[in-house]
Amino acid sequence: MNTISSDQEVLNYSTDHGAHVSIQGLSKSFGDFPVLSQIELEINPGEFVAVVGKSGCGKSTLLRLLSGLDKPTEGAIYIDQQPLQGLNPFARVMFQDSRLLPWRKVLDNVTLGLKYQNKQRGQWALQEVGLSDRAHRWITQLSGGQRQRVALARALVSQPRLLLLDEPLGALDALTRLEMQNLIENLWKEQQFTAFLVTHEVEEAVYLADRVIVIEEGIISLNLPISLPRPRNSGSLEFAELKVRILDQILGRQRQPERHSQEFTAIES
Amino acid sequence: MQIAQSKPISFSWRSLPWEQFAPWLVPASLIVIWQLLAQLGFISTRVLPAPTQIVEAAIRLTLSGELLRNVGVSLYRALVGFSIGGSIGFSLGVLNGVSRPAERLLDSSLQMIRNIPHLALIPLVILWFGIGDPARIFLVSLGVFFPIYINTFAGIRSIDPNLLEMGKVYGLRQRELFWQIVLPGALPSMLVGLRYALGLMWLTLIVAETIAANSGIGYMAMNAREFMQTDVVVMSILLYALLGKLADSIVRALEAWLLPWHPSQSH
Repeated sequence: MNTISSDQEVLNYSTDHGAHVSIQGLSKSFGDFPVLSQIELEINPGEFVAVVGKSGCGKSTLLRLLSGLDKPTEGAIYIDQQPLQGLNPFARVMFQDSRLLPWRKVLDNVTLGLKYQNKQRGQWALQEVGLSDRAHRWITQLSGGQRQRVALARALVSQPRLLLLDEPLGALDALTRLEMQNLIENLWKEQQFTAFLVTHEVEEAVYLADRVIVIEEGIISLNLPISLPRPRNSGSLEFAELKVRILDQILGRQRQPERHSQEFTAIES
Repeated sequence: MQIAQSKPISFSWRSLPWEQFAPWLVPASLIVIWQLLAQLGFISTRVLPAPTQIVEAAIRLTLSGELLRNVGVSLYRALVGFSIGGSIGFSLGVLNGVSRPAERLLDSSLQMIRNIPHLALIPLVILWFGIGDPARIFLVSLGVFFPIYINTFAGIRSIDPNLLEMGKVYGLRQRELFWQIVLPGALPSMLVGLRYALGLMWLTLIVAETIAANSGIGYMAMNAREFMQTDVVVMSILLYALLGKLADSIVRALEAWLLPWHPSQSH
């Protein structure tokens, strides 16, 4: 069986579909401290999966394992049926802090790590995030939201088959966050990559994901498909019910199913 | 500048480019006061000759070729010493910055040597090298080495590890990480080191040339002292000030060129 390793020159370019991800018996511990234990998860090509959970529940560790930055203690990750070893060449990560290089202009940040056709592809990616006119600015001249859009362009420029989003909107203000959510949704629809979003915002997860996964103390405690039609209306009753259900799971609250709609008003107020 | 030139008739004090004048205002006034005090006989020319006398001395020595020769010799020593000490300091700074084993092996020894004032080595250096150029170049190299080494090392170590992690995820190899993230990230700190090093370069050279030399600006000053030529002594000191200022301006220009993105460059 061929293994995927980062020293292969991978032409993500030609593949226009998302990667299939299979996580099998995955455990990770730091020293004696178990962070993730026996995670089993299948992610279909082009699926948008969101992971929510309290801070320290292991959701970011799962993302790091998928990117290949950390190695699992046990178990394995298969990308398109091939075991992942070393850095994941199909994946790009978008971090909470944009991690742009201040000594490079916007366009040169976007094309970081590209080997050919840099200019055109960089311009294309900037156009996708609506920042073509800022190509020759310094990073320090951009607002926080614009920086995250540049980071998104940098993640998308190599047309990755798996996009890992590590609380990418956590540091943005509410209005910018809504804008970015729409941008990410549109780009995901257009390019059909597999998306894996780690967030602590339940509403964001329900708004974007095909499936929301709750991780609690290192295990998956809820795996909930979201079948609401897109674009989703975060004011609708179904949306609110899904949100409450996920929140209840995270916060460990028990409630009677028939009383949902009454109590939901109490939570909202 | 342009405003003042385009309206020569309606001259006003406000149209002067104060921004450019301001740094020169204090030294210029001091020179005027100094000239007046000297001419009125308040200061003996033995103690401090008038600025005009110093200018005369400069012209005299320029015409005889003595000035240019000595400045040339001093500059040569400064640059050779700087190149040797700077390149060793830079290389070791990069090596120890990038490699933990190298740091463990070398850094504490270097820190011990750093705590010896390099000018305290002058007697030893004279015993080793005599009073020729190698002795002075050795001292300048040693003086330049540490600021370059320490700031290169600190610059590399202060790189945000998150940026390196990002670089790895985006497919940069070790060599690319170094050239695209480590080196540009450490550059501001390296230039701070360069500025300190240039200051120490002049300081070391002045002391070394004053103690034992047969040419150079320091020698010119010491020689003039024996003949009570206070004007030449003062001129030599001013020359050091000018050359030091020149070195500093070069570093500023380098910063503007190499760090256009840096917050310190935004106006």
